[in-house]
Amino acid sequence: MSAGIKTLEVEDLRLTYSGREVLHGISFDIHRNEIFGIIGPAQSGKSSLLSCFNRTIDFNADAVVSGTIRLDGEDIRRVRDVYGLRRKIGMVAPLPVGLPLSIYDNVAFAPRASGLKSKAALDDIVERCLRQAALWDEVKDRLKNLGTALSGGQQQRLTIARALSHEPEILCLDEFSIAIDPVTTMRIEDVLKELRQHITIVLVTNLVQQARRLTDRTMFLWEGRIVELDTTEVIFSETPAEHRTYEYVRGIFG
Amino acid sequence: MSPDPVAARFTKTANVARKERSETFARWIFMFMSVAMIVPLVAIITYLLVRAAPSLSWEFLVDVPRKGMREGGIWPAFVGTLNLVGLSLAVSAPIGVLAAIYLHEYARDNWFNRVIHLAVINLAGVPSIVHALFGLGAFVYAAKFGYSVLAASLTLAIMTLPVIIASTREALASVPMSFRVACWNVGASRWQTIQGVVLPNSISGILTGVILQVSRAAGETAPIMFTGAVFFKSVQRGDLFPFGLTDQCMALSMHLYTVSTQVPNVRESIPYATAIVLLGSVLMVNATAIALRVWLRHRKKW
Repeated sequence: MSAGIKTLEVEDLRLTYSGREVLHGISFDIHRNEIFGIIGPAQSGKSSLLSCFNRTIDFNADAVVSGTIRLDGEDIRRVRDVYGLRRKIGMVAPLPVGLPLSIYDNVAFAPRASGLKSKAALDDIVERCLRQAALWDEVKDRLKNLGTALSGGQQQRLTIARALSHEPEILCLDEFSIAIDPVTTMRIEDVLKELRQHITIVLVTNLVQQARRLTDRTMFLWEGRIVELDTTEVIFSETPAEHRTYEYVRGIFG
Repeated sequence: MSPDPVAARFTKTANVARKERSETFARWIFMFMSVAMIVPLVAIITYLLVRAAPSLSWEFLVDVPRKGMREGGIWPAFVGTLNLVGLSLAVSAPIGVLAAIYLHEYARDNWFNRVIHLAVINLAGVPSIVHALFGLGAFVYAAKFGYSVLAASLTLAIMTLPVIIASTREALASVPMSFRVACWNVGASRWQTIQGVVLPNSISGILTGVILQVSRAAGETAPIMFTGAVFFKSVQRGDLFPFGLTDQCMALSMHLYTVSTQVPNVRESIPYATAIVLLGSVLMVNATAIALRVWLRHRKKW
């Protein structure tokens, strides 16, 4: 898998929030159909990095981005249809965000926003995405109920279903398990293993064991710099290239 | 003293007694203040109702003033207030709400935005008499609308605008940022986000803010006195739109002032009845606002 096709290429990416640099020129590639793990302590720039991928960083007026990010060879700064770009990249936030709409409307929001109106097509998408997110059986009889009324774990799966509704090629999950119980976490991890057949997954996580369980390659990001990027086996082995990696994945510092 | 460890652990010490006393004291003070707040309202309404009783009737509302305003009803003033308030809100509500949406949802948070915010807050605190003078200069003289319904309504609109902007911003700010980010992440534009998620969840707050300005606009005397409201204007009984845009008009607040202080030998109950109509209309609008808020909040979804 490590010799896969590059889908997302990041080159010398710098990110500055009103003069304070949080990403100090990082470069790496994400391969197609891999699960790419990003580990590192809080405030190391992981979430900011994700918002650079789909350019939602543009909504932050204080942020200045330099460097290049290419999606399948195309510079994302140059794309004409930024909304189309965002649909190519699914995002799942740390805390589950059920929009204050019905379960159905939560999943149908993105297809509708891109102009799809056909009821039958929307029905199909809603069922497919809820099934993919392992939520269909629990909610199929109450699609009209509020998404926000679901439990935390269900809402997180709803968020994943929503992120899948626009058929992304890359699914980014930002510490998806911090607000949900271990059993639900395992269910979602199974979902991710299933999904990797079709799409690329970027998994930002604070739980190093989760990265070890799921990812093909892992990047250790610390204070806006890449400490080490290698296959997960190497990162979690007795002999990673950097001593800091060895200490971090064993909980010796951080 | 026999050592009884179980009882000894929970005896009432001087410290506990003091704590209980201050607790009781605090509780009574807060309760007293809450009651003290209701008493004046009840007292005012009761007093007004008793004094106004001889004149209060449907006839009083729909009849025109007779015998130099010493008898008859208050229809022209009532309908004048309706016209003024309706027209002023028709101007200030769309401008205020849309401007607030721009400022909160689109505009960058830079010095310019902050200056506007500061200006809005300060404008909201300007006394109504100052707005009246501004309206006189700007609309009556500079824009040459003369003393008219139009000038008076626009003055009221200017007066209510900053408060509508401020309350709309507050309502928008109450919608969590994470909802917006979630929408942007799935490729929705700002407008789709506002339309789909932000507005449905802030509309109750926005409407409440707007409706509370109805009562404020209806009650103010100074701004309309300087710009278009007059003591008396002859009007057909029951006519809903007796005043043209460029006509002068009557208004409840102004009429109350007139019959209380400017006209000799008015039937004693007439000023009180006028006050009741004014107060009743304002309270009715407030009640509508509360009902609407309760209904919309009931539908609020998080």
